[in-house]
Amino acid sequence: MSALPIEIVLFAFLLVMAVVVGRQRGLFSAAMLTGIFSLLSAGLFTVMDAVDVAFTEAAVGAGISTVLFLATLALTDDKERRPSRRPYFAFVVVAMTGAALVYGTLDMPHYGVPDAPIHTHVARYYIEQSYADIGLPNMVTSILASYRGFDTFGELAVIFTAGTSVTLLLQTKTVLGDDAPVVPARSRAPYVREMPILRAVTKALLPFILLFALYVQAHGDFGPGGGFQAGVIFAGGFILYGLVWGPGALQRVARARHVELAMASGLLLYGAVGVAGMLLGGAFLDYGVLTPAHPQHGQHYGIFLVELGVGITVSAVMLIIYFVFTVRHRPGVRPS
Amino acid sequence: MSMYLGLWHYWVVIVLMMTGLWVVIAKENFVKKLMGLSVFQVSVIMFYVSMGKIEGGTPPIYLRTDDGGVDLSAVYSNPLPHVLMLTAIVVGVATTAVGLALVVRIREAYGSTEEVDVAEADRAEEERLQLATRGGAP
Repeated sequence: MSALPIEIVLFAFLLVMAVVVGRQRGLFSAAMLTGIFSLLSAGLFTVMDAVDVAFTEAAVGAGISTVLFLATLALTDDKERRPSRRPYFAFVVVAMTGAALVYGTLDMPHYGVPDAPIHTHVARYYIEQSYADIGLPNMVTSILASYRGFDTFGELAVIFTAGTSVTLLLQTKTVLGDDAPVVPARSRAPYVREMPILRAVTKALLPFILLFALYVQAHGDFGPGGGFQAGVIFAGGFILYGLVWGPGALQRVARARHVELAMASGLLLYGAVGVAGMLLGGAFLDYGVLTPAHPQHGQHYGIFLVELGVGITVSAVMLIIYFVFTVRHRPGVRPS
Repeated sequence: MSMYLGLWHYWVVIVLMMTGLWVVIAKENFVKKLMGLSVFQVSVIMFYVSMGKIEGGTPPIYLRTDDGGVDLSAVYSNPLPHVLMLTAIVVGVATTAVGLALVVRIREAYGSTEEVDVAEADRAEEERLQLATRGGAP
C-alpha cells in the first residue's frame, strides 16, 4: 500500500507533538502544543478524505479546547510537579495494551482496501441512494441530520448536558441570573488592552468570522460544514472578542441569561422538528411528511431546521463554558 | 513483512493512542491527564476515519456530471465514520470542559492539582475523623 509523503510527515509531527505534550512540564506550553497537535490531525483527516471531521477538529481542537485549557490554567497552577515515583507499572500496562492492539490489527483489512467489511454494509446504501432519497450533495450531512438524526439528537443532548454540568460545577452568583456585567478581579486583559494592533486586527476580523460561521451553517448541505462546525466557529468569534476586551465586555454583548436560553432552545428546536413529523403522521424525525407532495423538499426543510438547532445549542454551550471559566476567581485572590 | 505494510496507519495510530494512555496513567497532574485524554481521543477518531478511507477515493460529497446530475460511479470514501466522529469531537470538547471544571473545583478544595496531594489530604482527613470519633466516644 502506498504511503503518501505528506502522511508520513504529518504522522511524524503528530507523534512528536504527542510526546512533547506528555513530557512538557510547563502546562501553558503544553496547552499551546495541544492546539498544534489538533491542527496537524486536522490535516491528516483531510488527507484521509474526512473533510467534515477535519473542519470540526480544526475549529474545536485548535480553537476552543486550547482556550479552555488556558482558562483552567489561569484558575489553577501552570507548572506540573516532578512525578513522585517512577511509573514502571504504567509502562508495563501501556506496552502490553499496545502490543495487544497491534496483534488485533494483524487480521484487519489493509488501509484503503475498497472491499473491507466496513464499506460493504449500510455505507454502500448511503453512497448509492442518499442523493435519490434526500437530494443533498454532501452525504455526511444527509446521514448526520436525516438517516441518523436520532443519533445526532442524542449527541446534542450530551453536549447540552455537559454545558449544564459545567455551569453547575463552576457557577457563581455573578455569572448567571444577574444581568449586570461582571468584571473579574484578576484578569490578563489589561495587557491585551494596551496592544492596539491586536485590537485593530480583531475588530477587523470579527465580522468575517461571524459571517463565515453563518456561511458554514447554511452551506453544510453542499460542502463540508454544518451546525456543529458553524456553532463552534460562531462561539469562537465571541470568545476572541472576550479574550481581547475581557469577559466583562463580552457579557455586555452576549448576556449569560440569553446564552443560557439559546442553549436550551436549540435542543428544543431539534426535538420539535421530530415531534412535528410525528404529528403529521410520520415517525419521529421523519422529515418527508413535512411536505407530503414532495418528500425531498421536506427533507431539506427538516435538515435545515435540525442543523440550525445544532448550531444554536453548540455555540451557546461553548460560550457558556467560556463564561463560567473566565468569570470565576482564582482561590486566594479575592475581588477587592 | 510486506503483507503487513498496509497496516502501518493503524500502528501509528496505536502508538499515538498509547502515548495518550501513558500520559493519563503515569502523569500525576490532573490538567496533564486531561491533555493525555485529548490525545487519546484524537487517536481513536483517527482510527475510525482511517478505516473509512478508500484508496483513490474522494471525500463523500457527490461530484457533478456534465448533464447536471451526480456522478454515482466515482469512488467515494465511507461517509459513516465521518458522521460518527464529527459529533464525537464536539461531544469530546464539551466533556473535557466538564473534566476541567472538576479540576478547578479540586484546586479550590485541596489547593493543588496534583494527584499525590489530593490523596494525601484525603488520608489525613480520614485519620482526623477516626481520631475524632474515637476521642468522642467515652
